[in-house]
Amino acid sequence: MIKVVFFAALREQLDCSELTISSENISTVAELKQQLASKSEQWRTLFDNTSLLSAVNHDMVDGTHPINAGDEVAFFPPVTGG
Amino acid sequence: MNQEISIQAADFSLADEVALLEQDNAVDGAVVTFTGRVRNNNNGMSVSGLTLEHYPGMTEKSLANIIDIAKSRWNIGRVKVIHRIGELNIGEQIVFVGVTSKHRHDAFAANEFIMDFLKVQAPFWKKERTEQGESWLDAKATDDAKAQNW
Repeated sequence: MIKVVFFAALREQLDCSELTISSENISTVAELKQQLASKSEQWRTLFDNTSLLSAVNHDMVDGTHPINAGDEVAFFPPVTGG
Repeated sequence: MNQEISIQAADFSLADEVALLEQDNAVDGAVVTFTGRVRNNNNGMSVSGLTLEHYPGMTEKSLANIIDIAKSRWNIGRVKVIHRIGELNIGEQIVFVGVTSKHRHDAFAANEFIMDFLKVQAPFWKKERTEQGESWLDAKATDDAKAQNW
């Protein structure tokens, strides 16, 4: 299984802060994103947003980054701290 | 204490932080601190406060990476980074970066570097409270450009 977490505006728009998904047929961040986008029209619109950032096991990564069972993957908007 | 990262809801004391950076530290002649506060305005709109969300675990890892890079680029002594989370009102302190070094140049540069990368890499998000209601802040292209300049 893969743990997926969402933050800030994305978390509110999805009305979901985390979920778990089977790691079968998912080998990269981009593939996971595609699978999430297929959940509904609204999810598709939100995951089509190219400014969305992703992290695997707390490191910022791009879509080509591999995903393995047991990983924690996060999706969130550009950061605005400081 | 060589470096410390604290993500906290509570306020902090600038005087206490400076004292910690200086305590038993006779080798460093320079102490540079930056404090960020909540402004009462943004893009011409009046702001009444902020709510800060973060990604526990990744935040600390991201800040530790930024500090490691700063340490590899400049000859610095102690580093302290504090970032507050939760609900904050106008004028409250949000963020603190303190750096010590033997000579001023390293502490000045490393402090600004840490702050610039915190802005674009550390997973914090601000939600603003205005007369029009609440809204998530958009990231600024100027912040990305500033970080890329290093």
